[in-house]
Amino acid sequence: MFPILSSLIILPLIGSLFLIFIRSSEKNTSLKYVALFITFANFFLSLYLWKIFDPSISTFQFVENRIWIEGFINYKVGIDGISILFVILTTFITPLCIISVNSTITYRLKEFLIAILIMETLMIGVFCSLDLVIFYLFFEGGLIPMFLIIGIWGGNRRVYSAFKFFLFTLVGSVLMLVAIIAIYWISGTTDVEKLYELGIQEEYQKLLWLAFFSSFAVKTPMWPVHTWLPDAHVEAPTAGSVLLAAILLKMAGYGFIRFSVGLFPLASIYFVPLVYSLSLIAIIYTSLVALMQEDMKKLIAYSSVAHMGFVTLGIFTFTQQGIEGSIFQMISHGLISAALFLSVGVVYDRLKTRQIKDFSGLVNIMPKYAIVMMIFTLGALGLPGTSGFIGEFLVLMGTFKKSIITAAIASIGVILGAAYMLWLYKRVVFGSLLKTIDVKKMVDINKYETAILSSLAILIIVFGFYPEPLIKTYATSIDNFINTLNIPTELSLTEKIK
Amino acid sequence: MPELFISLSVMVLLVLGVFKNNSSKIIFYFSCLIILVSLAINLNINITQTIFLFNNSYLVDQLSLFIKSIILISAFFVMFCSYNYVRVNNILKIEYPILILCSLLGMLVMISSNDLIVFYIGLELQSLALYVLASFNRDNILSSESGLKYFVLSALSSGLLLYGCSLIYGFSNSTNFNEISQNFNFEYGVIFGMVFVIVGLAFKISAVPFHMWAPDVYQGSPTSVTVLFAILPKIAALTVFIKFLYGPFINLFEEWQAIIIFLSIASMILGAVAAIGQKNLKRLIAYSSISHMGYALAGLTTGTNQGIQSSIIYLIIYLIMNLAFFSCLFMLKRKDKFYENIEDLSGLSKKHPILALSFLIILFSLAGIPPLAGFFAKFYIFMAVIQKEMYFLAIVGLLATVIAAFYYLRVIKIIYFDPEQEKFDTSMSLGLKLTLILTTSVILMYFLNPNFLNKYITNILVI
Repeated sequence: MFPILSSLIILPLIGSLFLIFIRSSEKNTSLKYVALFITFANFFLSLYLWKIFDPSISTFQFVENRIWIEGFINYKVGIDGISILFVILTTFITPLCIISVNSTITYRLKEFLIAILIMETLMIGVFCSLDLVIFYLFFEGGLIPMFLIIGIWGGNRRVYSAFKFFLFTLVGSVLMLVAIIAIYWISGTTDVEKLYELGIQEEYQKLLWLAFFSSFAVKTPMWPVHTWLPDAHVEAPTAGSVLLAAILLKMAGYGFIRFSVGLFPLASIYFVPLVYSLSLIAIIYTSLVALMQEDMKKLIAYSSVAHMGFVTLGIFTFTQQGIEGSIFQMISHGLISAALFLSVGVVYDRLKTRQIKDFSGLVNIMPKYAIVMMIFTLGALGLPGTSGFIGEFLVLMGTFKKSIITAAIASIGVILGAAYMLWLYKRVVFGSLLKTIDVKKMVDINKYETAILSSLAILIIVFGFYPEPLIKTYATSIDNFINTLNIPTELSLTEKIK
Repeated sequence: MPELFISLSVMVLLVLGVFKNNSSKIIFYFSCLIILVSLAINLNINITQTIFLFNNSYLVDQLSLFIKSIILISAFFVMFCSYNYVRVNNILKIEYPILILCSLLGMLVMISSNDLIVFYIGLELQSLALYVLASFNRDNILSSESGLKYFVLSALSSGLLLYGCSLIYGFSNSTNFNEISQNFNFEYGVIFGMVFVIVGLAFKISAVPFHMWAPDVYQGSPTSVTVLFAILPKIAALTVFIKFLYGPFINLFEEWQAIIIFLSIASMILGAVAAIGQKNLKRLIAYSSISHMGYALAGLTTGTNQGIQSSIIYLIIYLIMNLAFFSCLFMLKRKDKFYENIEDLSGLSKKHPILALSFLIILFSLAGIPPLAGFFAKFYIFMAVIQKEMYFLAIVGLLATVIAAFYYLRVIKIIYFDPEQEKFDTSMSLGLKLTLILTTSVILMYFLNPNFLNKYITNILVI
């Protein structure tokens, strides 16, 4: 069988090697086209993968199992209905990042493209790996290119942000490493499929769960360890922010489903109150914080924390709707946050400022921009008809089943979300044009930007009206996932949550 | 045997040095050759079981042969990559390579020793040569200071070690390792003796709290000697550690385990914290090697075969990383002056992208970030540690890596994010380039087959 997953993982890496040997000139167009070609090839490969993927099977497909460290760790990759969507999201977002490079990266383009391509390899690897150690390698390896992306091409406080990002994530992850090794000695394997079958003894579950949680909570990010995210987002170049928001955060959500809940179901139930309260704080508190932001990127960063709060809430309902909603929310947030960061990038490139007070009345000079921005804003606040709505709706539905109060509080978050997004839109796009804005610089979006932003806008609307293709892909997998969890009867579960 | 060959050739070289003028260059090349030949001899020794020589006071087994090969290979690379530095800094005298050979001989004897007296002779031969080497750049006040400092402190630790040996002899009636473990009875005298021996050895590998000499000596000595300090004595001393703890002292496992855990945790934490404020790269690497020794010791605390294995793997990867790091350091030359402050690296990535990339790979590997070799080194250590359910040690160790990551990141930050400086020389000797390329690619490619060292070492430890 053709190793399609490994090719997906390796292709960007080969591309980056290829880029190293291209002589970089000042014009640099060839570099960009090579990178673009490779990422598009990867995108089409992943679409092909989606086509031949059989959604009616709940087990892992396209599994490749090679001996890596004999008798210990196998290089095992495979996908099911949950992970394939994240793979496609990754391969879709990466070429957009590379197109956006056009106007944002003015120096050391070659290194930047190499970093992005290596990042793509690692991100796809995270979503495909079916062995804990392999997962850890990909998960942690991503720190190196991201550190460099923020540190080299970032804004003024880039060094501080890069360090904060790196060290926060590393602290969480090393605890996960301890847990992974402990799992190996407890169960004798790190193969995820085998671990699903074997299960892990109850007495170990809680500690192991906490160790995994520490890693994913930092990456998600959950309150109170979310503080690295606004800094990293604000300082990273546009493409870096997009990768961070659209894909890196999803690694943690994916990790919660696949590992925290999948491997330690009993501990997950035990810790439901903790997750619920942290998620609620994230939703309400960061929404309020977002209201007061003066920097556009920071506002969107805080809104990401709030949106990821919905994701964790949904996952830990253990209901079909909740988990489906979380995954949908992650995909849709991947699209919307990428779109929002790209739109901020558009105005930043023109005026070199991201302060909200420096903009007003953009609708007068940039009508096309105003339209796409409108779609993204509505998507972010979860208007019916956009993909944002379906995710939040399903999550709230799942939560309502388990705990009415939690669902009610979370709904307030939706209102707050509408408040800060609409207020942002009003202040930036509507109103009268500020005199300080140089009209000559503020030309409407060019054809590259139109291509990126409109493709995202179309997807957001299409999935809002017709979520079927996504839901169909993961429905069977999630069904099976929930059924195989060793969750005690429904009654005791609800008791514990109360 | 390589020991005999080296000692004979040292004599020949000495004679040659006396009778021929300006022979330092030739002697340098000859010593490289001698190391290679003794490596070949060493590799050619094929044994199926442990051989005892000289009335059981000397032994040759798979482990000692393996470590000897490692030491000889790294000694060769150290000579190979430091030639330029030695020549430019005017310390290429005939004594220089001969002293290195002497200390090498001491290490080989130490590794093969099976008797307290032979062990002590090896250790002192090694140390005496290193005292002189540390102060070799005698016009430099720092170098002289470091030599003196190393001498005084090392003599103290040797005294303690000798006292420990005498206690052990007194209570077990023998200096032979095999007999010590047989005539064993739980007397406090032996335990005291053991503690003194451990202190002496801990000094040699600069484990906390016996680390005080390391930063000053590392900084003061010529860089070509520092790289020697960072690699060779540590391998030798740690091997002897393994031999002692798992040989004569194996019955005292519970007693020494607590000591080694303390040494390990203290080294990991102090090495990580103290390095943060450093401005000199050599001082930085001194603290970094202190914390690395902490990890290597953590593997020994387990008392399992797997633990020993992981420590040896750790040492090998450690030496590769250090070799790579120092090769980079040798490249920081501008008009016959070598630079060694962290600030001198500022903006290196713009003018020297490849050197900066190597630095990047090496530093991330030292920090233990996957998928580089340094990660696997730590991974195996913690595999062994967690197998024995010593979670406290594992978590402390891993949190120390996070602290340590900070100062490695700081160097990377200076290389990549800071404004650029004047260009360094680009013409480098072939040996230096080759060493750097080789070691860096091993670090980078280690993840492709992280098992090959394990397999090899498992076979060795079985016998």
